[in-house]
Amino acid sequence: MTTDAKPTQTARSRLEPEAMPRRDFLGLAAWWSAAAALLFGFLGAMRLPKAAVLPSPSKKFKVTLPASVATGQPYVPAGRSVAIYKDGANVYAISTVCTHLGCIVKATDSGFDCPCHGSKFAKDGSVLKGPAPKGLPWVELKHLGGDIFLVDEGKAVAAGTTVIA
Amino acid sequence: MNNVVEKRNAGEESAVGRFVENLKAAPHRFTETMFRSGRPHSDRTRSTFVFGNVFLHLHSVRTHRWSLRWSATWGLGIAAFSCFFVLVATGVLLMFYYKPYPDVAYLSIKDIHFVVPTGRFIRNIHRWSGNMMVVIVLLHMARVFYTAAYRPPREFNWVTGMGLLAVTLGLSFTGYLLPWDQLAYWAITIGANIAQSPREVTDALGMTQWFDVGGLQKLILLGSEEVGEEALIRFYLFHVMILPLALVALIAVHFWRIRKDGGLARPVDADTRLGPPSGEVYPVFTEAPQKTYSLAAIVKGRTAVVGRGPEQTIPSMPHLLFGEAAVFMLTIALSVILAIFLDAPLKEVANPAVPENPAKAPWYFLGLQELVSHSAFMGGIGIPMIVLIGLGLIPYLDRETEGTGIWFGGPGGRPLVVGSAIFGLAAVVAVEAFVIRFGWIRQWWPNTPQLVVTLVNPGTLLTFLYAVYSVWCLRKYDSTRAGALALFTCFVCGFVVLTVIGSYFRGPNWDFYWSPSQWPGH
Repeated sequence: MTTDAKPTQTARSRLEPEAMPRRDFLGLAAWWSAAAALLFGFLGAMRLPKAAVLPSPSKKFKVTLPASVATGQPYVPAGRSVAIYKDGANVYAISTVCTHLGCIVKATDSGFDCPCHGSKFAKDGSVLKGPAPKGLPWVELKHLGGDIFLVDEGKAVAAGTTVIA
Repeated sequence: MNNVVEKRNAGEESAVGRFVENLKAAPHRFTETMFRSGRPHSDRTRSTFVFGNVFLHLHSVRTHRWSLRWSATWGLGIAAFSCFFVLVATGVLLMFYYKPYPDVAYLSIKDIHFVVPTGRFIRNIHRWSGNMMVVIVLLHMARVFYTAAYRPPREFNWVTGMGLLAVTLGLSFTGYLLPWDQLAYWAITIGANIAQSPREVTDALGMTQWFDVGGLQKLILLGSEEVGEEALIRFYLFHVMILPLALVALIAVHFWRIRKDGGLARPVDADTRLGPPSGEVYPVFTEAPQKTYSLAAIVKGRTAVVGRGPEQTIPSMPHLLFGEAAVFMLTIALSVILAIFLDAPLKEVANPAVPENPAKAPWYFLGLQELVSHSAFMGGIGIPMIVLIGLGLIPYLDRETEGTGIWFGGPGGRPLVVGSAIFGLAAVVAVEAFVIRFGWIRQWWPNTPQLVVTLVNPGTLLTFLYAVYSVWCLRKYDSTRAGALALFTCFVCGFVVLTVIGSYFRGPNWDFYWSPSQWPGH
């Protein structure tokens, strides 16, 4: 039996294995660049399904408040998810979209009830019960003269904001 | 010219005669050429029948007797696949008339139901097969878990199965919107807002402005802020194209891995448990074995069949294939019977201004709906993610070997499963009863921060109880498998009880009622 005479700690020569062989390095680089190309290709392609212009209908609408609406009685314009209240000369609007999972809450004498998961809200929209994480937002209302108001469902205002009719 | 004359003179058949002969033999020869090796009468033709057929060659030529016992699988995998087959066939038929545009969609479903020949029947079959597929996939998962069939080398196939479960639920959910009725509209509104529910946490932490993953998810899902025409076409695309393709790809991997992982899992002592094959079984190797494969290369490594003789296996044709055909026919028969007697529901056309009261998701999501009625984020995303990740990790955490291939196998066994079922049922009933009777944090202390309400709710409490019980079992039996058995059984109990509560005991405003007859009129 002969054993190979190993050179004792000489300077690194080209014959000794490198920390990472050049071929391995190139191979890894090739794999990672392919993976990166796929990733960025995917991310780029995902820009398409994220709409730049939302097709949602306009959230601003004009409404004529009937004179018959009594203080504390909700007035919900047809097809809209906003309840408008008159309190003497003050008028305000509260969104009826539940902050939990987007069901339309029903305005009742005591406040608002959500049919989907049992959230209950007070008259001012604050949460009383159930899973809703936030109170119902008050939305922007502008007085256009007479009984006509401009409501913007998409624009929340601080609770307690009213306009004088 | 001369040759032809000579042949005629020799009294041989004329060209016309040969043509007629060939014409007569054509059907017979066509059948012969379609099946490459003739009828499956001998061992050899039985094997060529399987591997010489592009649709059947995913099967192995011989199947272990253990795998062919009904109690090994109850045929659930094939039943799930049969449902998918029926769904593709009926789904394609429905696409002849369905139009994915709001209101028009609803009218086209009405047409299918009332006008299109056999339309109602086909739609009913589609609906019932879809429901059956969800149930069967869940049962199949339970079977694989309780027989510990996820163990090496089958870990990855368990993960593939998780993917199949997710895609199956996704297919079911996307199909739910397509009729565009009230049920569909509000279920998808709720679903889309569950996708948005990470906002519950980002809002509480005040970082929604610059990190709104919830809003992004909803936007990609709906293509809009509300469920409308964009959402409908997206759900349609997912339902008829993206998810079926994903399902087919996953099924291919799933089936191929069953084969490559050595067939179905069975106990190490399966042969002694089975005893010698009965006399009726076609004997092994009555003919000289013929090599029926070609070796492309010889490589090192273990394969699942090395060192095992064929003595306990029997030809897949007819034993396995007939069993599969029987399961296939039973599945179709069940969906057809259900379709004859029970119509798929169709409510009024979707009305974005007035939700259904109560607005209920498909039944298999009603357990989740019960959870989201406590917290949207934890119920709709947090707990399901924990469950899915936990299920996916099972084969990588349980590295034991005791009980593989046996129902309720492993330390603890059947008594542990029964005990866990009792605990699982008791815990979920107790938690729900407490909440229904006494309410929860917000009713007691209205000013509790939202983050506390999100993290500490009946759903997370139940998850915590189950986890603690499972760790207790793990320590008691000194076995990961025992912990997994306890947790999985608890999870099944929780799922069943929450689904039943959501289905039968929740009425208008998601209030508790003992029976729908007590619901207030509305």
